[in-house]
Amino acid sequence: MSVAENIAETPASEPAATNMPVKMETRDVNVFYGEKQALFDVSLDVRKNQVTSLIGPSGCGKSTYLRCLNRMNDVVDIARVTGSIKLDEDDIYDPKVDVVEIRARIGMVFQKPNPFPKSIYDNIAYGPRIHGIASTKNEMDEIVEVSLKRAGLWEEVKDRLAEPGTGLSGGQQQRLCIARAIAVSPEVILMDEPCSALDPIATARIEELIDEIKDKYSIVIVTHSMQQAARVSQRTAFFHLGILVEEGDTEQIFTNPRDERTQDYITGRFG
Amino acid sequence: MTDATSNSGSVMDRKPDLSAKRVSRRYAAEARFQAYGLGAIFIAVAVLVWLLGTIVFQGLPAFTQYKATVDVTFDADEVDPENLAAANYQALARRALYDRFPNVTARRDKRELSSVLSGGADITLKEFVEADPSVIGTTRKVQVSVSDSMDTFLKGQMTDIEERRPDTELVPSAIEGEVSLLASGNVFADILAGVKVELEAQAEDVLSSARRERRGIGILENDLEALQARANEAVGEEREGLLARVADLESDINARIRKLSGLDERAAFLYNTARSSGGSLDLTEAMPSVLIEVNGGVVKAKKVANDQIEGTAFIPLQSSAAAASGDWTVVTYVTPERGRQVKDQTATWLRELQKDGAIESTFADVLFTKGDSRAPEQAGLWGAVVGSFLTLIITLMLSFPIGVLAAIYLEEFAPQNRITDLIEVNINNLAAVPSIVFGLLGLAMFLNFFGLPRSAPLVGGMVLALMTLPTIIIATRAALKAVPPSIREAALGIGASKVQVITHHVLPLAMPGILTGTIIGMAQALGETAPLLMIGMVAFIVDVPTGFTDPATVLPVQIYIWADSPERAFVAKTSAAIMVLLTFLIMMNALAVLLRRRFERRW
Repeated sequence: MSVAENIAETPASEPAATNMPVKMETRDVNVFYGEKQALFDVSLDVRKNQVTSLIGPSGCGKSTYLRCLNRMNDVVDIARVTGSIKLDEDDIYDPKVDVVEIRARIGMVFQKPNPFPKSIYDNIAYGPRIHGIASTKNEMDEIVEVSLKRAGLWEEVKDRLAEPGTGLSGGQQQRLCIARAIAVSPEVILMDEPCSALDPIATARIEELIDEIKDKYSIVIVTHSMQQAARVSQRTAFFHLGILVEEGDTEQIFTNPRDERTQDYITGRFG
Repeated sequence: MTDATSNSGSVMDRKPDLSAKRVSRRYAAEARFQAYGLGAIFIAVAVLVWLLGTIVFQGLPAFTQYKATVDVTFDADEVDPENLAAANYQALARRALYDRFPNVTARRDKRELSSVLSGGADITLKEFVEADPSVIGTTRKVQVSVSDSMDTFLKGQMTDIEERRPDTELVPSAIEGEVSLLASGNVFADILAGVKVELEAQAEDVLSSARRERRGIGILENDLEALQARANEAVGEEREGLLARVADLESDINARIRKLSGLDERAAFLYNTARSSGGSLDLTEAMPSVLIEVNGGVVKAKKVANDQIEGTAFIPLQSSAAAASGDWTVVTYVTPERGRQVKDQTATWLRELQKDGAIESTFADVLFTKGDSRAPEQAGLWGAVVGSFLTLIITLMLSFPIGVLAAIYLEEFAPQNRITDLIEVNINNLAAVPSIVFGLLGLAMFLNFFGLPRSAPLVGGMVLALMTLPTIIIATRAALKAVPPSIREAALGIGASKVQVITHHVLPLAMPGILTGTIIGMAQALGETAPLLMIGMVAFIVDVPTGFTDPATVLPVQIYIWADSPERAFVAKTSAAIMVLLTFLIMMNALAVLLRRRFERRW
């Protein structure tokens, strides 16, 4: 069964994606790792309260692009980013901008669940604590509870908040990581293949969760699974060899791609 | 189909060679490989066990010490309560011994007797009086250490002692001076036989000298014959000269023949004496010593017959009555007197004290309470232990923060460029620099340039810190590298700053590794000798250091100093010090393992 057929079966009840205001705007983004250029003139908008999925074969630059959005590439010494990336009206690569603030506003969830080797409570509370969000213990408790509830983990862990986060199952750990990202009230959440290390049931649970929380956050998700992109996202961008080949409403990309390469990819001819 | 393709086809079609020969060869190779590994482990373990066994076997006696309880009279005339330090305590201790053996009157004997007690007896007595000044004017029992050679003797390391109680009567002729002891049976026959064996050995020696002499004479006679022949043919002045030489040689030969006959006679005499039955023979210093304990006195045998011993009374007899069978003892010190530091006379006094119940083996508390001393029985390790402790504190306080901060900077902040590469290479090289070079650096820099005190734990710690830094930096960097990047990303992802990432996440996770590296570095520093020699920590220091600038030495240097000392008792002390050092090292390594386990369990 092709992806296109799969999409056709899902009811088209999503609002028209293009209507939402732009949350992040990237123009002519080039990324170099030393001499090697990994991204070529990528211009893409992330829209508010929508899920934008980035798809493409391995090594196409979608993760690189994602990591530009909250300046995680800064960590890599040899990485160099040009072009403009704006969060609302702020250029996040402006030297005057504090990278910590950017990352607090743009949260991130990684491929492999990576809870801190601390208690579940401390995992959630760490972000709010370093950003001075909660001033009392009660406030912190509330943040932890709400974050865990939003991440759909509260019922499962409310009785064992003091136990280490690393003791949870893979799916729970990933939801803990999402809760941890939510706890600092970000505006955008970046997800780098959040389900690739999980089993199908845990994946389904995360996908549900993404759908639930998109009303509060703007989400960018990198995925290898085209079914997942089709299920969770309203906008889809297809990358190939560091170039943004095509970008548009998910339905349009999967049913009626404009570019031949997109067509080839989603029908499984390569990648 | 061409040859080439058929050939390559046939190669490609071949199946793995599973012949029994190949398989068994493979199995044999695997078994051999395992056997090599097992053999290596076995050798390593055997050597280790042998090493530790030797150290423990040699060192254990040093943990006990013989002490003598003596009745010391603290005469008010001699010990001034206002000025306790001024009294001559050593004289008090000596007098206590003289009182115990009143018959010792000769100056030389008295000096010998006072050598039984340690030279540190005065300190013991002084501390005794200082603890309770009310003892002045009274006579008290005080336990003082015996000197090191007495201790060695009492531990049985100087000679084997044989005792037996013959079943005959023994009649002494006198109670002091020269005494002859007559037994009613041939109970001393074995001693006499021993003397004869000794004489026979001497006779052999004399005979072999005689044989050498005879060979020498033969050669001279040949020379003489040749000379004579030349003289007969020569004429005039030459003949005169040659004849004179012939005459010289003849007289020489005659002298040697006389000497030979003397030797022959001596050998014959010795043989005769050795082979004759009975008789009365002298005991010499080269033979095992025989002492007879009878009627409360001790007689040292000088002449022995089958049923009689003549000798000197070391301890006067209480009576010259006949001693019943079983009531007297023959004591033999197997090692001849001239091969021992403790002579028969002194050994006798020690035995007397032992019989009084005054000699007691105690735990050698001096080892853990006192500093070094030239006298082994007063030499303690405590000065070195404290010195090591103070030195390591300085080392830790300097090298841990500097090393960890340097490692964090290099690992987390430093840009990747030539300079950091250079620094990295140099740090790795520093770890391989011989430690004595650090000692020279310390000598040149800390002592000569900055003028810091010599032999001080402060400087020792600084030098060792230089030496330990590379170890800590390398271990810390490895530990930091080992922290999974996902943890850093997680923290960065929710907006932690770089310092927050490091202090909140990376460092706690790396801490077990850092601590392990640090403790191993510290253990290395604890065992280090060479650099400390350069900065004067090898000095002979008696006082236990009380501060970082006091002169001090450290455990391994103390071992080095003791191993270099000639006194027999220092052999055991050295091994004991090694045991103490090893104990500390094992404790530190155990701590490293424990810390690592604990931290690992928590995460």
